Amino acid sequence: MTTRLLDIDKVCIRVRAARKSSSHSVLVNSVSCHVNAGEVLAIIGPNGAGKSTLLNAIAGDIEFSGTIIIDGVAEQAKLRARQIAVLPQLSLLSFPYRVSEVVGLARIPHNTGRQRDDEIVQEALILMDISYLSERLYTELSGGEKQRVQLARVLAQIWQKEDALNGTRLLLLDEPTAALDLGHQKLLMGAIRELAKHGVAVVMVLHDINLAARYADKALALLCSERLAFGSIKDVITQQNIKLLFEIDVHIAQHPEHNSPVVIGL
Amino acid sequence: MQPISHHTRFSNRTVVIVSACVLLPLSFFLALAFGTISITISDTFWSLLHSFFSSESNSRSDLVSRTDLIIQQIRLPRALLAVLVGALLGICGATTQGLFRNPLADPSLIGVTAGASAGAALTIFFAGSLTSLTGLPGLGLVSIGAFLGGSIAVILVYNLATNTHGTSVATMLLAGIAITALAGSLTSILEFFGDEEMLRRISLWRMGGLDGADYPRVAIAAIFGSIILLTLPRFSTALNALLLGESEARHLGLSVQSIKIKLVLLVAAGVGISVALAGTIAFIGLVIPHMIRLLIGPDHRYLLPISALGGAILLLLSDTVARTIVSPIELPVGLVTAIIGAPFFISLLRHRHEFGMR
Repeated sequence: MTTRLLDIDKVCIRVRAARKSSSHSVLVNSVSCHVNAGEVLAIIGPNGAGKSTLLNAIAGDIEFSGTIIIDGVAEQAKLRARQIAVLPQLSLLSFPYRVSEVVGLARIPHNTGRQRDDEIVQEALILMDISYLSERLYTELSGGEKQRVQLARVLAQIWQKEDALNGTRLLLLDEPTAALDLGHQKLLMGAIRELAKHGVAVVMVLHDINLAARYADKALALLCSERLAFGSIKDVITQQNIKLLFEIDVHIAQHPEHNSPVVIGL
Repeated sequence: MQPISHHTRFSNRTVVIVSACVLLPLSFFLALAFGTISITISDTFWSLLHSFFSSESNSRSDLVSRTDLIIQQIRLPRALLAVLVGALLGICGATTQGLFRNPLADPSLIGVTAGASAGAALTIFFAGSLTSLTGLPGLGLVSIGAFLGGSIAVILVYNLATNTHGTSVATMLLAGIAITALAGSLTSILEFFGDEEMLRRISLWRMGGLDGADYPRVAIAAIFGSIILLTLPRFSTALNALLLGESEARHLGLSVQSIKIKLVLLVAAGVGISVALAGTIAFIGLVIPHMIRLLIGPDHRYLLPISALGGAILLLLSDTVARTIVSPIELPVGLVTAIIGAPFFISLLRHRHEFGMR
């Protein structure tokens, strides 16, 4: 049995104080799931279901009850930053850094030396197909280009397994494909699979069910703050679940090459 | 817009550092040579040498010793104070902007300076009856008052204007207006209730400027100023990461909350000392970091020290202009920096969308 890298057990997240009387005060209600090293988990569900909130809780940004255990995670913040990288849904960097400088910020928690850091930055830029933007100012880029820069940054943060204590590496992505065109979506998913092959556990919030079905190993479906389904892609992405989640009728076909389910809107 | 190449910005950086290092001694020398009584360049030079290398200066003619007196007792402490206060304002401006993730966050615009003024006025009002408030202890006490006032102001503005997504320009400036008004009226109330002696002290101090420069002030500025000037650059990497956002900086392994508190205290101390020693001098913390950022980019490892150098140069030159332009009358130096800074601020405000600000 492979090790559970991330174990989430009965996690509840409530709106902080203030308006406790509100009926929507529970953002995530008793959700459990787990991810092994080398696996990709996609969190799917309608808007406001609590997907990003759960991701933020895993990232350690908000308070929760229940347990979230990350196997082999370091106590010290700097060491933990070498293990866990987070891509937020929205980045509002408004200072004119060069693209290579933004990606270089990912190496702040590391002591690998400037030369190695520069190499990693260049490799991450190439991986996200933005090496030609390397010297451009971040503030002048388009939305999709900015997204690729931020992705290169979080990838560069957990680039080498040897930097991470116990080899524990966890990548948390909130809608990483939101601003990307089809080609770059495929590029990103390829990069994520490659990282998973090297033992990184990936948790990502995705709106594109077909991307989730094609590239994730497992899926967690959230509906109204609660877990609707968790398990293998085939178990979660079913006609019935999609109907419950998004209130649309779909046909589930099989991918001609990859044997994964394909959701076709009716 | 032309993409800026790696080469351009790298060579820019070198050029900017070299020119700042050349301009600082040059403007320091100009500040010594120019004034109501003009002193020739060579006399200035010799007098400066004397002040450094001879403790006994009685063996010279009257004319030269008068020059020595002007240079050593009046212009030298004033120039030194201008360097220290200018450097503090420059580096504190750059730090505030990084902390607020907003290139418009100048300590004088967001109420920190006004808060520090109120703190200093309160100290003068309540402690003035106990001690004479002259010399090192008195100045130290006023500096502490200014520091406390500035801290309260910056904490207030930060909590009002900043959320997880950065700082709203409008809220920040409005909070600045509110705090400036509050602090101003507090000072006015003190003046209203103060006796004549108190009133004289507060208003003398309020006029501020560098004309009160003497060696005790220089000593205070040098001691506290150098601590702040040497400590702030240690936060360069943290500020670089903070520009991404608070949670992003936390995910890079920084203890954001403690860094924020330290930065707030350092900025309040820097602004407080400059207010206590030289009164309100606006806009240096806005103009200098912005210009430097345009030239070399937002990397705080370079931005902080060069902003300090730039602030020192600008205040030295502004003070020289203030002393000489309508001599023998002296303009307050804050007037000169405001004349340079206000149009600059307005143009920044107009073009804020180019910097991605709301």
